[in-house]
Amino acid sequence: MVDITPADGIPPAEVAEVELYHPRSWWTKYVFSQDAKVIAIQYSATATGIGLVALVLSWLMRLQLGFPGTFDFITPEAYYQFITMHGMIMVIYLLTALFLGGFGNYLIPLMVGARDMVFPYVNMLSYWIYLLAVLVLVSGFFAPGGPTGAGWTLYPPQAILSGTPGGQGWGIILMLSSLILFIIGFTMGGLNYVVTVLQGRTRGMTMMRLPLTVWGIFTATVMALLAFPALFVASVMMLLDRALGTSFFMPAISEMGEQLPHNGGSPILFQHLFWFFGHPEVYIVALPAFGIVSDLISTHARKNIFGYRMMVWAIVGIGALSFVVWAHHMYVSGMHPYFGFFFATTTLIIAIPTAIKVYNWVLTLWRGDIHLTIPMLFALAFIVTFVNGGLTGLFLGNVVVDVPLSDTMFVVAHFHMVMGVAPILVVFGAIYHWYPKVTGRMLNEMLGRFHFWVTFLGAYLIFFPMHYLGLMGVPRRYAELTDMTIMTESAHHLNSFISIMAFIVGFAQMVFLFNLIWSIRHGREAGGNPWRATTLEWQTPHTPPAHGNFGKDLPIVYRWAYDYSVPGAKEDFIPQNMPGSFGPSREPA
Amino acid sequence: MAETLTHIGQTEPRPTGWQGIAADWSSDQRAFKNVSWGKAMMWIFLLSDTFIFGCFLLSYMTARISTRVPWPNPSEVFALRIGGSDIPLILIAIMTFVLISSSGTMAMAVNFGYRRDRRKTAILMLVTAALGATFVGMQAFEWTKLITEGVRPWGNPWGAAQFGSCFFMITGFHGTHVTIGVIFLIIVARKVWRGDYDTGRRGFFTSRTGRYENVEIMGLYWHFVDLVWVFIFAFFYLW
Repeated sequence: MVDITPADGIPPAEVAEVELYHPRSWWTKYVFSQDAKVIAIQYSATATGIGLVALVLSWLMRLQLGFPGTFDFITPEAYYQFITMHGMIMVIYLLTALFLGGFGNYLIPLMVGARDMVFPYVNMLSYWIYLLAVLVLVSGFFAPGGPTGAGWTLYPPQAILSGTPGGQGWGIILMLSSLILFIIGFTMGGLNYVVTVLQGRTRGMTMMRLPLTVWGIFTATVMALLAFPALFVASVMMLLDRALGTSFFMPAISEMGEQLPHNGGSPILFQHLFWFFGHPEVYIVALPAFGIVSDLISTHARKNIFGYRMMVWAIVGIGALSFVVWAHHMYVSGMHPYFGFFFATTTLIIAIPTAIKVYNWVLTLWRGDIHLTIPMLFALAFIVTFVNGGLTGLFLGNVVVDVPLSDTMFVVAHFHMVMGVAPILVVFGAIYHWYPKVTGRMLNEMLGRFHFWVTFLGAYLIFFPMHYLGLMGVPRRYAELTDMTIMTESAHHLNSFISIMAFIVGFAQMVFLFNLIWSIRHGREAGGNPWRATTLEWQTPHTPPAHGNFGKDLPIVYRWAYDYSVPGAKEDFIPQNMPGSFGPSREPA
Repeated sequence: MAETLTHIGQTEPRPTGWQGIAADWSSDQRAFKNVSWGKAMMWIFLLSDTFIFGCFLLSYMTARISTRVPWPNPSEVFALRIGGSDIPLILIAIMTFVLISSSGTMAMAVNFGYRRDRRKTAILMLVTAALGATFVGMQAFEWTKLITEGVRPWGNPWGAAQFGSCFFMITGFHGTHVTIGVIFLIIVARKVWRGDYDTGRRGFFTSRTGRYENVEIMGLYWHFVDLVWVFIFAFFYLW
C-alpha cells in the first residue's frame, strides 16, 4: 500500500533567507518588486497621489459653496462630478488602499516576524491591478462628458440616466470598471495579508501576542474579502444595465418625456448590495485605525495596553456586527418599520464594543508616562474626534432622528468626522511613527507640530459648523444654496468660513508633503528604535529593513507586544524577542 | 501543538474549554496546523468567491420574486426537441452530469498525485479539463439556441426581461470560472507530466518551486465550481 498522505508534508512555517526570491535587476528590485515593503511604498505613494486629486476636488466644492456664483467654471454638473469623485477616491482609493495595501504590506510581515508576504508574486500583481484601477478612474476626467456625477453611492436609476453627468457618457462605465478592477486587485493582496497573519507567524508569536495593529488590519481584510463581493456584483449588474440595456436596477422610467426601454428592475436592490459593502467598508477603514492607535498610545505612554484581550474581541465583534447593520443607510428608502427597528438595534449595539475600546485607550493613558510626541498627539486627537463623530452616529442610527436629518449637512459632518478625519489623523500619526523605520530618518518636529495643530483644530472648525447647518436643514449635494429660505445671512457666512478653513487645512497638508520629502535627506538620523518600542519591526538588524526583514535568523518571540515599564526591568520596554523574565508582566496568561 | 513559548525551555500547559479553543486557534505560528499557505489561500479565496456567487443568486431571486410580469417556465425554455418530443431540461441534465463526473476524475487525479504517479495524474487532469471544456461547449450551444429563439439580456419573447439578464450573467460568470479552471488544469497537468514537482523546476512567472499539493489546491477550486453549479442548477433551472 502506497502512503497517500501528503508525503512531501507541510512546508515549514519559516522561509530561510536563501529561499527568498532575490531580485537581480533594478527593475525587479524597485519597480516590479515582490518585496512587501516596496509594494507598500508603491501603494502608499499611489494612494497619496490620487488622494491629492480628491483634496483639490474638495477645495473646488468649497469654493462653490462658500462663494456661490463667483466661479463660473464650477457648473452644477461639475459640482456633482467633484462630489462623486471626491467621495469615491477618499473612501476606496485612498483610505482602503493606504491602510491595507500600504500599512498592511509594510507592517504585517515585520510585526508577525515573517520574511515577506506568503505569496509575493500575487502581492505584486495586486499593486499593479490597483494602479490600473486608479488610472481607469482618473481617465474619467478626460473622457467625453467627464467623470460620473452620480454621487459616491452611485444610486440607480439616476446614475445611468442622461441627466446625470457621465450617466450616458463614459463616466459611469469607467467608474464601475475601475471598481471591479480594484476589487480584483484587492482580493489578491487581501488573501496575502490574511494567510500571512494566520499561517506565517514566527516562533512564539501566537495570535494573542500580535500587536493590535495587526489585529486591526487582519480583521479589516477579512471583512473586505467578504464585503467587496457585494460591490463587485452590484458594479457588474449596473455595468450591464448601462452597457447592454438590462433592467436589474432600472424600473420603467421615462426621461424627457420619452419612455426608456428599461422595465421591472429594483433600485432598492442596488442599495442593499451597495450598503452590504458600504457599511463594513466604514469599519474596514476604522479597524486598522483602531489597531494602530492602540499601539501608538501604548508606546508613547510607556504603558501596556489596558485590556488586551477585550481589545481583540472588540475588534472581532465590531467586524462581525458591521455586517448586520447595513440598512441603517436606507431608512428613507421606505422600508418596513420592523426592519428599521432591527437595524437601529444592531447599529446601537455596535456602540458597546466601540465604547470598550475608547475606555481602554483612556485607561491605557491613565497614570502613564505620556510623551507628547507627534504620533501621540495624533493618537489623542483621534480618540476625541472618533468619540465626537461616533456620538452623532448614535443620533443617525435611530430611525426617528435619522429621517429628518437624512441627506443634510449633519450627515456629511458625521461621516467626515468619524470615518474621514479620525482615520486620517491615525494615518498621519502612523506615518510620523513609522517613517523612521521606512527611511532611517525622523520627520521634522517643528513642521510636524505645525501640521498637527492646523489639521486638528482646522478639521473641527470645518466640520463642527456643518452639524449646525445640517440641523437647520441645509441639504447635502446641492451646488446652489443661495436662494433657499433656510439659508440665512449668517448661514452663508458660516459656509464661507468653512471654506476658508478648508483651504488652510489643505495648505497644512502641503507642509506635511514637503516634510515627507525633505526629511528623506535632511531629517535627523533615527537609529533602529527611536521610540524605544517593543514590537518586532523595531528589532530588525537593518534600518530600513533589508529584503527578508530579519537577516539570517528569524526572531523568536517570548512575550506580548506591550511589556512597557515592567517593574524591575532595566529599561522601560522589553522587546518581544528578548528572552528571560524581568518582573511582573501584565501579559494575559 | 498548543504549547506556547514563554521563556526558553519552558512551555505553558494547554488550557481547557473555551479558552482551549481560543488558544488552539490563536496558537503558535499557524492557526491551521496541517494546512500549507497555498491551501489556506485557496480556501479563503473560495469563501470570498462564495459571497460573489451568493450575491449574484440573491439578486436573481430578488428580481424573480419582485417582477410583475410572468417568469418564463424553465422546463419549456430549456427543453430540447429530440425524436419528435420535447424533453425538458435534457441538455442541462447532461451538462450537470458531465461537470459532476469531472469532479470524480479530479479527485482521482489528486489521489494519484500523492502517489507520485505522474502519468495517471496528468491524464486524469486532462480528462477533467476535457470534461470541463465539454461543459463550456454545451453551454455555448445552449446560449446559441436561446439567442436564436430571441432571448437577449434586455428581453425575451416569453416574459420578464430579467430572465435573460440573469441567465446570461450568472451562467456567463460561472462559465468563466470553468474556463479559467480548464486553463489552469492544463497548466498544472503539464507541470506534473514534465516532473516539475520532482525536479524543483521554478515557475516561469513566479520563480518559485511547486509541490504535488498544487494538484489538490487545483482540485479545491474545481470542486467549488462544481458545487456552485449545483446551486445554479437548483435555483435557476429547477425553480
